[in-house]
Amino acid sequence: MIYAPVVAALIATLALLLARAFLGPNVFDRALAANAVGTVAMLLLAVIEFYTGRPGFTDLALVYGLLNILGTVAVLKFFRVGDLGEPGEKEEEAA
Amino acid sequence: MIETPGIAALFVMLAAVAVAVARQRNLFGVVVLTGTYSFLMATALAALDAADVAMTEAAVGAGISTVLFLGALNLVGSLESKPMERPWIPLVLSLFTGMLLVYGTYGLPAFSDPHAPIHTHVVPRYLQEGLAETGVPNIVTAVLASYRGYDTLGETTVVFTAGIGVITLLRRRRKKKEEGGS
Repeated sequence: MIYAPVVAALIATLALLLARAFLGPNVFDRALAANAVGTVAMLLLAVIEFYTGRPGFTDLALVYGLLNILGTVAVLKFFRVGDLGEPGEKEEEAA
Repeated sequence: MIETPGIAALFVMLAAVAVAVARQRNLFGVVVLTGTYSFLMATALAALDAADVAMTEAAVGAGISTVLFLGALNLVGSLESKPMERPWIPLVLSLFTGMLLVYGTYGLPAFSDPHAPIHTHVVPRYLQEGLAETGVPNIVTAVLASYRGYDTLGETTVVFTAGIGVITLLRRRRKKKEEGGS
């Protein structure tokens, strides 16, 4: 069975990413860690699909991927312009 | 059987993220960590075979909530001040409630037990006589729109009222901005 080592490796990756998200001195470390957590969650869902043979989890993984992009873009835009609605006129330091 | 240790590891990480969220003082980091929490929770829910709940958790928790929290941070600033005191009653209360809920799970039927009450109470009647009683071929639609019709009507009313409230608030704000600008 190849699935057990794959799941173990993905969960170890998750633990490392969470450590970076907790410790990360920088906001960018945290944002990158959160983005990578979303990616690993997608991979875990794909592994679950192939392990259990239940279809539909890949669709769920695709939704995760889209939401991951949305959240990361929102976080980075907020950090860049300090507001989500403005088209980017004022430069504010957030955090 | 790799699901059980995998889900257990996910729950341990969820607890760790929750502690980190409580200890974090930079609210921007808190928003990022809650997004992480939602992705972990949604993965655990998907592994538990609740794909619809997982989809909702990912969409609401990781998608919309992140954006809404960031909009709120824009208004209130992103640094939480240190608390004046260390309240211990909420901690004790939440620990007690958590233990009560864990104690309650011992009374539940086993996971995916076919003889659980939820599968034997009204489900056989829905499956066998739903078409004759409601005339709706899709069983989910029959349950939602016919057997639980008043429930669905109430939910729709609540959502409609919330939508009216949001629209009213947004219109007032825009009108005020136009007056201030002119």
